[in-house]
Amino acid sequence: MSQTQDITVTINGETIHATVPVRQNLADFLRNGQGLTGTHVGCEHGVCGACTLLMDDQTVRSCLTLAVQADGASITTIEGLGARPDTKALKAAFTNRNALQCGYCTPGMLASALEYIESGAPADRTAIREHLSGNYCRCTGYQSIVDAVCETIEGRQS
Amino acid sequence: MKAQDFRYERPSTMDEALAILADTDQEAQPLAGGQSLMPMMNFRLAAPDVLVDLGGVPELSGICEDNGEIVIGAMTRYRDLMASEMVARDVPLLAAALPHIAHPAIRNRGTLGGSLALSDPAAESPAVLLALGGSVDLRSASGQRSVAADEFFFGLYETARQPEELITAVRLPKAAPGHRFGFYEITRRHGDYAMIGVAVAQAPDWRIAFFSVAGTPLRATDAEAVLNADASDIDAAVAALASLEIDGDRHGDPAMKRHLAGVALRRAIGGMS
Repeated sequence: MSQTQDITVTINGETIHATVPVRQNLADFLRNGQGLTGTHVGCEHGVCGACTLLMDDQTVRSCLTLAVQADGASITTIEGLGARPDTKALKAAFTNRNALQCGYCTPGMLASALEYIESGAPADRTAIREHLSGNYCRCTGYQSIVDAVCETIEGRQS
Repeated sequence: MKAQDFRYERPSTMDEALAILADTDQEAQPLAGGQSLMPMMNFRLAAPDVLVDLGGVPELSGICEDNGEIVIGAMTRYRDLMASEMVARDVPLLAAALPHIAHPAIRNRGTLGGSLALSDPAAESPAVLLALGGSVDLRSASGQRSVAADEFFFGLYETARQPEELITAVRLPKAAPGHRFGFYEITRRHGDYAMIGVAVAQAPDWRIAFFSVAGTPLRATDAEAVLNADASDIDAAVAALASLEIDGDRHGDPAMKRHLAGVALRRAIGGMS
């Protein structure tokens, strides 16, 4: 029987109380405990970036974060990203540019892209590639993803 | 791919954390940023009885100056080191290495102290500490000590830190005018662990620390001696890498890695500022 702990965590703006096994990672807690299956689990050791989400407005690997470590934190998953001002334009740019195919990497990719865009950084392709370097995409070859992020930043400035 | 069960402790002070570590009946493992420990636990390469989450101990974080040294709290995250003007100005070698450490989401969580406690042979931070000749502050429930970089790294994932000790801070000498530093690593993909890398300091004596060459970062003392005698004789410094005891690994045999070490050293020196 796993040891458990009570946590209070804000998920996509809603504060909830839950009892979690201490060994459970944040991705599994969100997917299995909260039904938020938009957070995708890829490698489960922090390499692929599929499970990336925002914790207190910073990207983290939810497979390398325990649910108990999220106690007191504010979590934004793909289901809650729509509430952020740049998301609509970024999603539209992903569609325009065919920046996804199978969609498995997309929730994590959008979280990392939004962190870059929200920081006010420029539409610099090298810097965008560096910022997205921890998110693997096996469909697009990244070109279209970088295009979409650039398009969003340029639209933001105009 | 799921961690084995453990007892979770989240102390709010260093003394509480040290008291848990002092109880040696159970294997207690400090959790810093978790960017290496959590994968190891998911793979069950690590299965501690007690996980001591240091995330709630504010006294372990922060950057300050103390007597000519920049003192970095062990739980200071890479993200905060990259944003620090003091680090950029006073520890430019660390600043040069930081962008090479993994990826933004990892740097948001990963800590300097955690990296040194693990001492992955392919990690950047241990080599930076060694090239700068810094030191590591350690503390246990029964006392505290400071260990020089040259005495900190014992072997593969082995350091001077004892199981009941915490790394509390890392001390790096402040750069003075005229000091120069260089950093270069060769990776297959940006953010991956390096095939080989080197951190170089001329402050004013040369110190050269390679990583991803053996179980620990290694100082190239013969190459340092060459450059201390004649800083322009880079060919001789590269030739002096013949004495470096380089292990082969999945990236290549020792001869190939020695060649790459020479390439990295030339490029690091070429980029010094």
